[in-house]
This record gives sequence, structure tokens and C-alpha cells, in this order.
Amino acid sequence: MGEFNVHRVRFFNYVPSGIRCVAYNNQSNRLAVSRTDGTVEIYNLSANYFQEKFFPGHESRATEALCWAKGQRLFSAGLNGEIIEYDLQALTIKYAVDAFGGPIWSMAASPNGSQLLVGCEDGSVKLFQITPDKIQFERNFDRQKSRILSLSWHPAGTHVAAGSIDYISVFDSKSGSAIGKMLVDRQYMGVSKRKCIIWGVAFLSDGTVISVDSAGKVQIWDSATGTLVKNHLVSNADVQSIAVSPQEDSFVVGTAEGTVFHFQLVSVTSSSSEKQWVRTKPFQHHTHDVRAVAHSPTALISGGTDTHLVIRPLMEKVEVKNYDAALRKITFPHRRLVSCAKKKQLLLFQFAHHLELWRLGSTVATGKNGDTLPLSKNADHLLHLKTKGPENIICSCISPCGGWIACSTASRFFLYRLNYEHDNISLQRVSKMPVFLRSALQILFSEDSTKLFVASNQGSLRVIRLQEGGFTHPRAFQPQSGTVQSMCLLAVSPDGNWLAASGSSAGVHVYNVKQLKLHCTVPAYNFPVTALAIAPNTNNLVIAHSDQQVFEYSIPDKQYTEWSRTVQKQGFHHLWLQRDTPITHISFHPKRPMHILLHDTYMFCLIDKSLPLPNDKTLLYNPLPPTNESDVIRRRTAHAFKISKKYKPLLFVDLLDEKTLVAVERPLDDIVAQLPPPIKKKKFGT
Amino acid sequence: MVEEEGIRVVRCGGSELNFRRAVFSADSKYIFCVSGDFIKVYSTATEECVHILQGHRNLVTGIQLNPNNHLQLYSCSVDGTIKLWDYIDGILIKTFRVGCELHALFTFSHAEDSVFVTINKEKPDVFQLASVKLPKSSSQEIEAKELSFVLDYVNQSPKCIAFGNEGEYVAAVRDFYLSVYFFKKKTTTRFTLSSSRNKKHARNNFTCVTCHPKEDCIATGHKDGKIRLWRNFDDEKKYTYTCLHWHHDLVMDLAFSVTGSSLLSGGRESVLVEWREAAEKNKEFLPRLGATIEHISVSPAGDLFCTSHSDNKITIIHRNLEASAVIQGLVKDRSIFTGLMIDPRTKALVLNGKPGHLQFYSLQSDKQLYNLDIIQQEYINDSGLIQIELTKAAFGCYGNWLATVEQRQEKETELELQMKLWMYNKKTQGFVLNTKVNMPHEDHITALCFCNAEKSESSTLVTASKDGHFKVWILTDDSDIYKKAVGWTCDFVGSYHKYQATNCCFSEDGSLLAVSFEEIVTIWDSETWELKCTFCQRAGKIRHLCFGRLTCSKYLLGVTENGILCCWNLLSCALEWSTKLNVRVMEPDPNSENIAAIAQSSVGSDLFVFKPSEPRPLYIQKNICREEVLWGVFVPRDVPESFTSEAYQWLNRSQFYFLTKSQSLLTFSTQSPEEKLTPTSKQLLAEESLPTTPFYFLLGKHRKEQQNDKLNEALENELVQLPLTENIPAISELLRTPAHVLPSASFLCSMFVNSLLLSKETKSAEEHPDDVDMVEEKESDDSDEENNFTEKIQDTNNTDSEEDIIYQLSKSEEKELKKFRKVDYSWIAAL
Repeated sequence: MGEFNVHRVRFFNYVPSGIRCVAYNNQSNRLAVSRTDGTVEIYNLSANYFQEKFFPGHESRATEALCWAKGQRLFSAGLNGEIIEYDLQALTIKYAVDAFGGPIWSMAASPNGSQLLVGCEDGSVKLFQITPDKIQFERNFDRQKSRILSLSWHPAGTHVAAGSIDYISVFDSKSGSAIGKMLVDRQYMGVSKRKCIIWGVAFLSDGTVISVDSAGKVQIWDSATGTLVKNHLVSNADVQSIAVSPQEDSFVVGTAEGTVFHFQLVSVTSSSSEKQWVRTKPFQHHTHDVRAVAHSPTALISGGTDTHLVIRPLMEKVEVKNYDAALRKITFPHRRLVSCAKKKQLLLFQFAHHLELWRLGSTVATGKNGDTLPLSKNADHLLHLKTKGPENIICSCISPCGGWIACSTASRFFLYRLNYEHDNISLQRVSKMPVFLRSALQILFSEDSTKLFVASNQGSLRVIRLQEGGFTHPRAFQPQSGTVQSMCLLAVSPDGNWLAASGSSAGVHVYNVKQLKLHCTVPAYNFPVTALAIAPNTNNLVIAHSDQQVFEYSIPDKQYTEWSRTVQKQGFHHLWLQRDTPITHISFHPKRPMHILLHDTYMFCLIDKSLPLPNDKTLLYNPLPPTNESDVIRRRTAHAFKISKKYKPLLFVDLLDEKTLVAVERPLDDIVAQLPPPIKKKKFGT
Repeated sequence: MVEEEGIRVVRCGGSELNFRRAVFSADSKYIFCVSGDFIKVYSTATEECVHILQGHRNLVTGIQLNPNNHLQLYSCSVDGTIKLWDYIDGILIKTFRVGCELHALFTFSHAEDSVFVTINKEKPDVFQLASVKLPKSSSQEIEAKELSFVLDYVNQSPKCIAFGNEGEYVAAVRDFYLSVYFFKKKTTTRFTLSSSRNKKHARNNFTCVTCHPKEDCIATGHKDGKIRLWRNFDDEKKYTYTCLHWHHDLVMDLAFSVTGSSLLSGGRESVLVEWREAAEKNKEFLPRLGATIEHISVSPAGDLFCTSHSDNKITIIHRNLEASAVIQGLVKDRSIFTGLMIDPRTKALVLNGKPGHLQFYSLQSDKQLYNLDIIQQEYINDSGLIQIELTKAAFGCYGNWLATVEQRQEKETELELQMKLWMYNKKTQGFVLNTKVNMPHEDHITALCFCNAEKSESSTLVTASKDGHFKVWILTDDSDIYKKAVGWTCDFVGSYHKYQATNCCFSEDGSLLAVSFEEIVTIWDSETWELKCTFCQRAGKIRHLCFGRLTCSKYLLGVTENGILCCWNLLSCALEWSTKLNVRVMEPDPNSENIAAIAQSSVGSDLFVFKPSEPRPLYIQKNICREEVLWGVFVPRDVPESFTSEAYQWLNRSQFYFLTKSQSLLTFSTQSPEEKLTPTSKQLLAEESLPTTPFYFLLGKHRKEQQNDKLNEALENELVQLPLTENIPAISELLRTPAHVLPSASFLCSMFVNSLLLSKETKSAEEHPDDVDMVEEKESDDSDEENNFTEKIQDTNNTDSEEDIIYQLSKSEEKELKKFRKVDYSWIAAL
């Protein structure tokens, strides 16, 4: 692998925000996740749980409910009282409709997808008709006394259960009249609490209603008679979420203690047909409140305040014990939050509402492999750049020369000019941005910092020539005929001739920058692209996909390179394909053209194309052989993949120059330290 | 009077009650538990032993109610038989010979005429579960050889096998496996705890299993304290389980309530946990049960639970988790430091009991009388903790005083020592702490003795210690200004050349004190505490020391560690005689000159009874048991026996009890066990039909008298015959009708009195047997017992007493023994 001086950066104080809602879409096998800052992320469960889309958050839009309707339409509702529909193609908000019922606490789409129900603060349940391009208010259900915290449709669409405070109401969905009311016991371990909040309800097709509440109970009701059938006390704290499997043979609840309980419908005896709900396995994958759970046919999905999204496959539903049967824990976004100005040794960190610019420390000391070198100059926090407005930053970039910073929110684009005078920095915003530059999904500077490439959300790609004190010639690439696919990933060749861009699903397009024309399109592949880069000199495009495949495509030749074909023929090592997280960044060694550097959250890897590929029998994660071993052995055991797992979780790794590596780590303990304290539990023996 | 047979070593009660799960009768009135070779039937209301079912010739390993007749009980034993009992009358109905060692028994109602047993055929620790077809036959002894195997490689313990859903499946656990065999499908599903190879989860071995009575649910207990509830176990893929975790140490036993609504679990925490509706949050506790819960059982009626504890105790618990009765046997789960003592007041055997307690155990009724808390500290049940041990105890002044010594040594140099003196309080009928002495010595106390002389005015206690001193403690009355309270103070400290004091002993009249310092015995005058003389044999440290009694009081006996028994004459201050004998236990009989010594040889322990004045032993019994004997004691008889034979005379006034290393309490007896136990088993027959009401005391006595009459028919005509009260409709109606609907007492009085008068009809009614079959069975049973008896004589050719066999020597053997003894006398004289 070679020896590097590594800047081990741990001052990126990134804290992901907690998960508030999770909605699973059975048709497309996608998962929508909303966070407490209003961000909505869409994970493709078929594509190795890759986070393929995201909608930036907004301070005033705290999502409280999220649901899919008609398979492809995603709605969210929040405490600002608005129902929002998202445009999944353009990655923007399609529209927002005020429900006029105060803050919205719950939302549910009817089983046939034609109607949308919202539960509001004032106790009203409002029915909206979903039209092809909008939603339209239809009717109010009977008004309840207090806020409606949970809603669930009967699978036939005839009835609706609504959880309020201290009781559950059952509505007839046609007439909107309340036909039943089930009072929930306030008792909690013998002590009467003030109120019992029904955090979640689920209506099953046999008329059973399952409720979870703040007293730690999971209760099973018969909605026809309004009677309590069974009471499971599962927690000392609130049970906050419930999700039922599509087959209705199991459900999952999440508690404020961080435990997820699985309930299954099992027959009482093998001979009789009588069945009962039994609490089976508890899962303790979270440390904080589990605010949202979802139940896919094969997995339990949970997310909460501790910011992890946990996907726990059900072993009995898994046919073959393969990689899909493993537990997944997704903590960090699958996109780049760090950009680097290599020459000036600057790092730009992107937070939800601000940017931070740091200069790396330096050392004069030298040491042997494994030594920690003392810093002669500490890392400098140069700049703290706050954006105005309530919107979250979508993307940001610093130019390789360090002279420009660009960032964008959902409605504004910012470009700054940085001037360095010895230790002082002066920042100047470039005003008068053109009208079309309202927002960008991805920004990239060319290697010589003279051009800025902007991918905006209508599928347009623009190039801006940067000059001292301003910019000129905003020019657009010819959009792809017919499609309005938003581009999420950009890569520019170091010589500045080629630009590669990839959308969320379609293949990678390569543009000729000089002619502003599409040069070629890399053959489409089933899995979304997670990282792109163009190698210097050879202009080979290296593409990483979410199924952990890596391709190398020669842009001048318009075909896959020989190495890539060899790799595809032989196949990757099975352990390589079993890695958890997608590759988020690819870079190249400036002096050694055969080397490709790539990283995911838990490792970084240097691929040496000159060495033989590992087969399934060889050790993939080989530790560095001891130096006293003879060269022969070292050569025999060496293979193309040199992997280091020393730094994790990794957010960014890049080569500053041929001898220096920068690795940005974010230890999970530091994140936990910034979270609110979890519910205290007595642990035996302490 | 007493027919003299050979002296045999017999087990005198105190056997384990907690060996297997106890079984309730269908009406919850009785509880059955295995106890060595016997099955004991206790009343759940009164805690009294109603019957002892005896007939097995080896350890009883399992009992179950007959599912087709709940008045009958099946039992199985290592001797290879399954016996069917009528437990109400305490008689054996049938014996099924299986022919191999049986280790557990299971029954359920759907298996018509077969029961399930665990056997081991080939290797010593490979057990199989097999069903035994019990053939229907009218004869008493039936061969039942029709075995069919169900499961191989099961655990020996019956806790690891459970039948579920009325016998549709059987679940067995072993190590990390749970196997379920379905009888209908004839398939076995097997579940392995996947993490068993993982070091972190190495402790999740299965310990016990039980099945839900109504649902398809199996509960298993694990070594790490978890309880798993398995469901859907008919599918190896879709099975699922829930964990319940409260116990911090292994789950010893599990039981479902009759309806299955709650699950009971217990373990080393000595807390019974009731999991209601198998929910983790919904549990109830019954704490402070005293000792590790080893077994839990539930009555078929559902109103009672019972827990068997490691301290040989059965606690009967009401459905609402209130302990209602305790059946306490001899506590045996700890090492005995104090030795065996006799409380002079109650004649009870006193020894270490529960941790920190002295137990008072009645040998006559085989029952614990009470526990005396000596250490008076909360016992923390945790492995690795060094506990305070009660090491020495002694009674003095006719039971007025009790001295105890407790110690705790965590490190070599840190010794905590405490001596307590307890005074008997006549008002409260118990011992009250009088004096507490912290660190009475610098080192371990090796011996403790009171001066029990009749004449001495002041009470004296002597302690000997490894620190080289012996201390004399006397009772003084100046501990407060009113001079009313009394306390013990140290009066004299003696030592001899810095040798460790190992033993001390007062002479019978209290005038002399003998203290041994390693190899040297010193004699002190108890008046002036002057050293009178020393004896030194140079034959190893003195292990035991005792003075002779009565006519032999001039002799002092000592046993050394090199196996020399010495007898010194105190008048001549010279060695009278000595012999080479590796004596482990030497006990003087308080009522005679006899001294019993138990010597350890390579094959076992031998008993020698001798008088110090005579060089020839009175009685020798070789090989009384195979193990080492740790302690022995003479228990004075209430009524002296009058054996005429010279060899048995030593048993006339006292009985000798001894405790072996495996903590079995044995004694010597001349009676056959049947003879010994008949009175108790007969006299309590009345109890099952009469409730203990005031009327019972009025009328029940008559009935008992009458039963005695029945027994000795010769006297029948002389005694007044009273009718059986419960057979008279008038009285039974009177007793059963609620008081508020009865007519006035004056109206009833004449009717009542009339009913008590004798009449011819009642007599015939009384003699009319209620069950003809039963009488037949009784008769045949008698013959059966005779058969057994003859077989016994043939069987008992081997003389070892290690196993739980009660020995009966055949006449020919006895003669041989006598001959042997006569021949044997010469050698000891030669020594």
C-alpha cells in the first residue's frame, strides 16, 4: 500500500439528526425516512439499502407523519399544519397544502391510495382526495376532544381507527361518523398517570385494533365490540411506534427505552386453529427512543432519536443465509459532506445550517510506521459560515485552489470568494447570481478552479466560468433528450475536458466540457451509482455502484477498460461484496496511475491494478505482512486490494499529495455524547 | 422382651426430601416425596408424615400419581421396579419388574397403560427415555419387559424432560439442545442455541424444561438465569422464542400453574418468581425462602405450590404466594463443623444447620424442631464470598448454657473470631444471648468444653486454641450494679511451652482438666489451676481426649494422629495400655463406662466398643460403612432396653448415632425396620377422613382407641366398643349442616346422645368393609411382604452399607459372625 502521513481528522462535529418517521413502500421496496430537522431520505432496499434520494430539511417543517400513496407518491405532514407532496423525480417539494387544523400529528393513506387522512391538533380528522396532481379536501370526520396522534385504515378501507389521548375512536370512513370508542387504562404499574397517550394504532383486517401507548402497554382490542382482548405490558416507558407486516402475522413495536419488540401470531396448539398474539423477541439495537418502526415482509426496520436506522432481517423469512440476512445499521448519509482543497490543505465541512473551513495541522517530525507524530501547528478553524434562512444546506464545495466556496440550499445559491493574506482571510460573497441558479443538487469545481459545474434539480447541468470578482458565461449542457432526471453526482477530469454526471437511477453520462455536448453514456447498470471519479492522464472513469461493484470505463475509447473486464470476469471477493456501506468517494494517486483510492464508512482501500486480483480463497483483509518476511512471500500474498480498517467510521479520505492522506473520522461515541440522555434503566449488578 | 437379632446399621431418617419434585395428591391434602428408599406421605395441612411407603430396595427415583386412578401412586426405583401404591392406606398394590435401573418416571392420562422411564443401558452417563407397557394382570408381581425407546441421549434429571399437550409431544433438553419428539408424527425436531459456541454466551446451557398445560409452549430454564418460552416448535424454521430474565444465576426449576396462566421459576436466589401470563413486566415474588429452590411442583387442584430446597426442606405455598407450611428434614447441605451433640433438655440432636444456624433435630420423629440463629447476620448467597462459619458449639450445665464459636478467615492473617454464650430462658423456652466475646483467642479455637460436674457451684468453660493457650471462663454476677445480671469472664489462661492446645476435657467430677498440647497431655487441677502432671507418648498429635466415666473415671484416653489409642491411669500417672488403632471418632457414653471408637481402615470404618478398665472390647463390628465416619454421639434412651446378650449390652442405655462423610446419619439397631415403624404408620390412619375440629378431639380419640382394638383382637371384648362416628348419619348431618339452619341445641341433644349409644346395627355397619377389593389386596399384600422378606434374606450377602440398603443379616450369617467374633477376641488382648 505504501506509507503515508495521515491527517487523522476528528474535529468534524457532525451529528445526524434523529429519525422521526419511517414509511415502507412495498411496491417499489423503498423506505422513506424523515428526520427531526425535516430531511426526508429515500432508501432503496433492493439496491443494498442505498440512500438514493434526499430532500433537504427546513427548520419550520418538523415532520410528524410520512406516508406513501399509490405506490409512488410520498406525502409528509408536520407541526406547521401543512401536507407536503414530494417530487421524487426532480427531488423537490411539489406543493404544500394547509390542512387548517393546527399542527398535524398523524397521516394515513387509504389502502387503495385514493384518499389521505390527517389527524390534527384540534381533534379533527380530515379526509383528502388524492387527485393525479394535487390533493383536495373532502370531509371532516367527527371532531374529537383532543389531538389525534395516530391513524390507521382498515385494510378494506371501510373503517378508520384513530388514537387520541386516553381513548381510541373508530370511524366509519364513508360517513365520517365515530362508531366506537375504546377507553385506555391510565394505570401504569399501579400508579395512575395523568394521561395515556395512544402513540400508535393498527387496524387489522379481522377487525382487531392494536394500540400502543405512553403507559408502556400494547393492547389488542376487538373493534366490533370495543373490548380489550389482551394487554401486554412491555415497557416501563412509552411505547412509541407500531408497524404490522403486510401478511398481518406479526407486528413490531418500538419503545422509549430503545427496545424493539416483535409480536407474532402463533397457533395456540398445533391441532387447533385458534391463534394468539405472543411477544417473541426483543431487540435492543437502539440506546434512545425508537420513534418509528416499519415492517417489510422480511425485515424489521426501526429508527429513533439515536439517529441509527436499523434493519433487522427476520431469520425465519430468509431463504438463504446470505448477506441480506445480516443486521444493518445506517448512521451516516451516503453522500459526501466534506470537500478538500488539496493544495492549501483546507477542509470544508458541511453541516445542516453552516459550513466550517479548517486548515489542517502540520508537523515537522518524522517517525516510523505506526508512530503518532506531534503537531507543530494545530489545525485552524478558519471560517464559520452560516446560511441565512431556515433551509438546510443541500451541497457545498471548495475549489481545489481554496479560493472559492459554493453552497446551495433549496432556494438559494451562494458563491464566496476567499482571499488569503498571510493568516487573515477575507470572504466576499459573489452577488448577482443568475436567476436560474436558485438551487443546486451538486456543485463541483474544475481542477484548475476556473470552472464551476452545477447540477440543478430540473436535470440541467451548467458550467460557470469563474473570474476574479465574479463570473461569466453561464452555459448549460444540452439536457438529455426526454428525461428530466436530476443529477446527483458529478465528476470532472483533471484536464478539464470531460464531465461525468449520474442521476439517481439512469446510467452515467459523459459530457465534453469544451463542446458542451454529450460525449457518451456508460451502459446502464441495475444498481445506483454511489461514487464517480475520472482518473488523471488516462481519463478513465471509475464508477462504484451500491452493490459494491467497481467499473472502470475509458472515456476516450468509450468502452470498459481491460482491467474492468478482467475484474468482471473473475468477480470480486465475496467479502468485498458483503461490505455494509457504499463507497462514497474515489480518488487517484497523483504519481502512480495504477492506484485507485476509495473508501466507505468502515474502511479505505487502495486498488493496485498491477497486482493480481484476490480470489475467494485468499485473505481479503490481509494485515500488512511483517517487514522481516522475505520479498517472495510478500509478493505471493499480495493482491490488488489493500484495505485499511484502522480509521472508522470514515466520512472522507483523500490524498493530499503523494505522501499525505487525510482521513476524517466521526467516532460514534462523540455523537452519543451530543444526544439527549437516554431513559435511565437499572442494570443488575450496578 | 425384645427379640434379639443381629445388630445392624440402619439409616435413621434425615434422608433427602429434595431429591425429586414432590407430588401433590389430586385433592391437595397430601404431598408425596421420595426419601431414600422410601416414599413419604405428608399432610399438607399439618406438615405431619402420614405414611412411609416402603418396599423399594434401593433409591426411589420417581413418583407420579396414577393418572387413571388418582388415589394410587406409581413409584420407580434404581432397583428396577415400578410399584403401584394405595397411598391412603399406605399399602403396596402391585410391583412391575422392569429389570434395569430406572432414573425417572413420567405418566400422563392418554397413554393408557404405559408409563415413561429414563434408563441407562450401555454407558454410565447415556440415558434413554423409554415407554414401559404395564401389563394388566391380577397378580402382585408382574414382569414388565416391554420397553420401547422414545428418545436417546437425554439428561438423567427428570427436570430435563417434560410432556406437553396431554402427551402429544415430549421435550427434552441437554447441554445446548432442545429436542421435541411428536408421538403422532413420530418426528423429532431439534433446536440448538446458536450462540453456544460463542464464549460470551457459554452459559446458556439448558437446565430444566416444562410444557404449558394448554398451549403448545415449552419453557426452558438456562444456566445464565434466562427463561425461554418456545412456540411454533413443530417447524424447525419458523420456531420462535421469548426470553424472560430475572434470575441472575441458573434457573433450577420451572413449573406452569394448572391453567397455564402463570409460570413459576426458582433458583439460587431462594425467591419464587411467578410470571403472570408469561409477561416480563408482570411478575410476583415470594422472597426469603431460606435456601436454593431445587424443585417446584404444582398441585393438580391448582390451589397449592411447593418448592423443595437445598436445605432439605419442602415449603408449601398457597396460590396467592403465601408460604403455608414447611416440612423440614435434617439440613445437610453444608459441612458439619460442630459435630453431633445432644441437647440435654430436648434430647434433640444438635448440629450445624442452615448457614449460621444450629439445628435441633428430633431423632424420634425425624423432624427438625427448630433453628437457633447464632451468627445473626443476613446470609448473602453468592459464590466466592467467604462466610462466617459456626465452628464449635457445646452445651453446659444440663442445657442451661450453650457456647458457640464462629470464625471467618479471609486471608491468612485476618482472622475474625467470636465466642457467644447463650443462656436458656425458661419463660421463652429458648436460648438468649448472654455474653459475646470478640477474639477470645489469637488463633483458631480447637476445643470447647463445659465442666458438667454435679457438685460445682460455678459454671466453668474452657477453650483451647492454636495460639498455645487455653482459657478458663467462669460465670460471674457482677456485670451490673444491681448484681442481677450474669456474664462470663476469663478467669485463667494456661499454656505449656508455647505448644498449640489441641483438645481439652473435664473429668466427670470436674476436678481435673486435661488439655492436650500437640503430643503432650497436661492435667490441671480445676480448683487451683495448677499443673498436676503431664503425659507424653511421642506418637503424634493428640486427636481426641476423654476421661472415663463412673467406675472408670481414673482413666484418661487419648487418640493420636499416628493411630495409637492410649489409656493412662490417673492414679498411677502411668500408661495403662495402648493399642494401634487409627481412631477417627471416640465418644464416651454418658450413661455407662462404655466408650465407642470408630477406626478407619482401608476398606471401611470399624466400630469398637470398650471399657477403659478392660483390655478386651465389648463389641466389635467391622465395616460398618465404607466411607469415613466424621462424627458420632451417644443418645441416651428414654426407656432403657434390656438386652441380655453381652454383645448388645452397650446399647441398653444409649443409642449410638454417627455421621458419615456423605452426611448420612446412621445408627445401630436390633429391630427390623418394619417393627420399628409400624406404630407411627398405623396410628395416623384416622386423619384422612376427619377434619381437625374440636369435634375431632372429642370423637376422633374414640375412633383411634377402636382401631387399636382392632389390632389386638384378643382384648376386643374387654374394651368398650364405640361406634364409628362418621358412619352415623345423624352426627354427620349435625356436623355438616351450617349452624344457622340447625334446630335448637336442646332438640338435638337427645338425638346426639342417642346416636353415641351402642347398638348392634352400628357394629355390623362398622365392620362392613367399604371396598372388598381393598381387603383382598391387603391380604395379598401381606403375602407379598413375606415374599419380599425371604428375598431380602437371600439378597443380603454383601455387607457393605454404602448404598441406602437396610441390612438384615440372615441367621446363618449371624452365627458366622458370632463365631468370627469369638475367634477375633484374642488379637486385641495380645496388643
